[in-house]
Amino acid sequence: MSSRRNRIADRVFKLWAIGCTLIGIIMLGIFLVNIAIDGLGRIDWDFITSLPSRKAEKAGIYVALLGTVWILVLTAIIAIPVGVAAGIYLEEYGKKSRFASILEINITNLAGVPSIIYGILGLEVFVRTFGLGKSVIAGALTLSLLILPIIIVATREALKAVPKTLREASFALGATKWQTVSKQVLPAASGGIVTGVILAISRAIGETAPLILVGAIVYLNKPPQTPLDQYSVLPMQIFNWISRPEQEFSVNAAAAIIILLLVTFVMNGIAIYLRYRWQRKVKW
Amino acid sequence: MKRKERFVEALLAFSGGLTILTTLGILIVLLIESIAFFNEVSIVEFLTDTQWTPLFADKHYGILALVSGTILTSFIAILVALPIGLSIAVYLNEYAHPRMRQIVKPVLEILAAIPTVVYGFFALTVVTPFLQGFIPGLSGFNSLSPGIVMGIMIIPFISSMSEDALYAVPKSLREASYGMGATRFQTAFRVLIPAASSGIIVSVILAISRAIGETMIVAVAAGQQPRLTLDPLVPVQTITTYIVQVSMGDVEQNSIEFRSIFAAGITLFVFTFVLNTISAKVKRKFQHKYE
Amino acid sequence: MSHKLTTQDVHVWYGSFHALKGVTLSVKPNTVTAFIGPSGCGKSTFLRLFNRMNDYIEGFHMGGEIIIDGRNIYGKRILVEELRKEVGMVFQKPNPFPKSIYDNVVYGLQIQGINDKHVLEEACETSLKQAALWNEVKDNLKKSALALSGGQQQRLCIARTLAVKPTMILMDEPASALDPISTAKIEELILELKSQYTIVIVTHNMQQAARISDRTAFFYLGELIEYDKTVNIFTNPKEEKTQSYITGRFG
Repeated sequence: MSSRRNRIADRVFKLWAIGCTLIGIIMLGIFLVNIAIDGLGRIDWDFITSLPSRKAEKAGIYVALLGTVWILVLTAIIAIPVGVAAGIYLEEYGKKSRFASILEINITNLAGVPSIIYGILGLEVFVRTFGLGKSVIAGALTLSLLILPIIIVATREALKAVPKTLREASFALGATKWQTVSKQVLPAASGGIVTGVILAISRAIGETAPLILVGAIVYLNKPPQTPLDQYSVLPMQIFNWISRPEQEFSVNAAAAIIILLLVTFVMNGIAIYLRYRWQRKVKW
Repeated sequence: MKRKERFVEALLAFSGGLTILTTLGILIVLLIESIAFFNEVSIVEFLTDTQWTPLFADKHYGILALVSGTILTSFIAILVALPIGLSIAVYLNEYAHPRMRQIVKPVLEILAAIPTVVYGFFALTVVTPFLQGFIPGLSGFNSLSPGIVMGIMIIPFISSMSEDALYAVPKSLREASYGMGATRFQTAFRVLIPAASSGIIVSVILAISRAIGETMIVAVAAGQQPRLTLDPLVPVQTITTYIVQVSMGDVEQNSIEFRSIFAAGITLFVFTFVLNTISAKVKRKFQHKYE
Repeated sequence: MSHKLTTQDVHVWYGSFHALKGVTLSVKPNTVTAFIGPSGCGKSTFLRLFNRMNDYIEGFHMGGEIIIDGRNIYGKRILVEELRKEVGMVFQKPNPFPKSIYDNVVYGLQIQGINDKHVLEEACETSLKQAALWNEVKDNLKKSALALSGGQQQRLCIARTLAVKPTMILMDEPASALDPISTAKIEELILELKSQYTIVIVTHNMQQAARISDRTAFFYLGELIEYDKTVNIFTNPKEEKTQSYITGRFG
């Protein structure tokens, strides 16, 4: 009977689809186990506090790790206020203006621009035209532009979830627009905004390609002291070690990847947890 | 009071305006340097020559050699990501228990959050040696392995956007199909996917765009040999990898070699811009469908 | 005459909510049976049991027995897809697929693996004629079904159901989203189809129930209050609650 045949097709597809779903999990598993086997043994206090070296067993990630922290902090300082402000403008103020609709199309487009193009932009504008050279600040500015669309979109989503009644209640009590936004709407949307911001920053610290263009350097004997100093970052250090033929450097790469993934997963974990809590709490 | 309000609004609008400056900046930078490049290299050579060797003594500037590498790796990635991503979307929408969804979705998000240089390491040290086990002709650098890994990386894009599209199909269509004796499989492929096709197409276009712009996986595992080929087993170079290669080396600024990365960059930008524009168009159409 | 459908002490729960509380009734073949009652009384839930459309609802479970053509449709060896071909369903809102008129009608046959063009075209014509839609659409069968009017769409949905050749048709408030003229056409159609099919219809329109049904069941808060010949329900109900409902005191 055709029903039986259809049934079998349905079952077969279900198994295939479960397989597809598991493939992601399995790959992630293989992947993590592999890297752990390769790199876990290499991680010790020396590895974290040593300077880069041409000898694999002496090399460490001290400079790169601190460089990543610098990039993380500077990018957050630059990108969060600008991104959140732009999100507020689009969702609360601009709405139907021509300027806002141009902005909206523009942001959608920017979100699709490959990260390496941002690197080219940063190279010409920050490194060469502004004369910032191969500095941390040039790198942070470049990455800020890269994650701006992500922060703006996340801010808008969070603001959208705040019900209109809250705004109306505030207006009805005589509050101005900015008072309403800053005292009522923003606090109500803060959970969603924080989640989006953390995800965006975590994306920034995993980026390699744009920083290659704006001049992150691998062999430095000290971490940056000021925003105008030269720097390296973890992904850059990893890329350098991967590119070397010697097996020992591959071990270093695996070890550094563990540290980078740790940072990424912790940030993502916090973001997912916050979103979960926020979604539960907010039942308008 | 009034003045403060207006000041705040202006400040917020200015922040938004920065994104427009970014776009203008990208366009101006790419155009200025590309024009300088095309003053020295004819556009005909750029588009028709089959070799790309700006860093060698015998210089050729045929972008096709880079474009073919880019398309080849992206094509392999989509070949992996589309069937798997779409199957996951159908499974999560039609079959999976809600608890299963709660587990699978964060795992997929983690997959999307892994830095791409890490995927590159995976391609080079795990996938390539594994594939060499049963594809004897596979070189250490090739487009197959990074293509597959890139596919795994973009699975979450396709699955989550397709899932949203499938979810937006009215429940009544699903019931109509079940009501006539269709299985979930038939309902998914004959009713839901056709009805959600525009949303699924958008997800695929964005995934292609993402694959074309991807840099680190191919930079680590595909090699650095520009060549016009569709053979997935040999080393190739993508547009993005070339830009990385030049940036890592000691190329003199304002030289023709340096400017060639802008010519490559504008090619990449045009590709992704066209794809993103098409997807935005499809999306706009799709939004009105069930209203 | 034997019964087409028999239910025995049917209970339904959605999670901890007790939606149906021990419903027992029988339906004879080639009759129209109407389920009436205030919204939330369980009449739709009960109807959707007969082709197992509640199966996918989260937290659904049931007790009791439902026998159609002598088989327990919740038995282990029943293929749900087979059952649904026997027991077709028309929904409250017209829900044509976003495909052509032709594709809509032949969908049910295609999923059974029937691809012979002649068979499909013939089935399409027969079903559309049965659903009194043929004359209005015969010249543009390739037109999108979404371009039809609401009343036409609903008749298309009926044609689509008939094409699978069911023996029983469930209708869940099929005319509630339609204008009076379209409603009249659907009612006329139901009376015509009665000679070949067993029809069970849920309606909130009591005049409609009175006009088209042979027997009427009145549900209230998940219980079957009264089930009798339609004439009796509307002129001489035995239960006080039925009396109150049909005279419009609640609902």
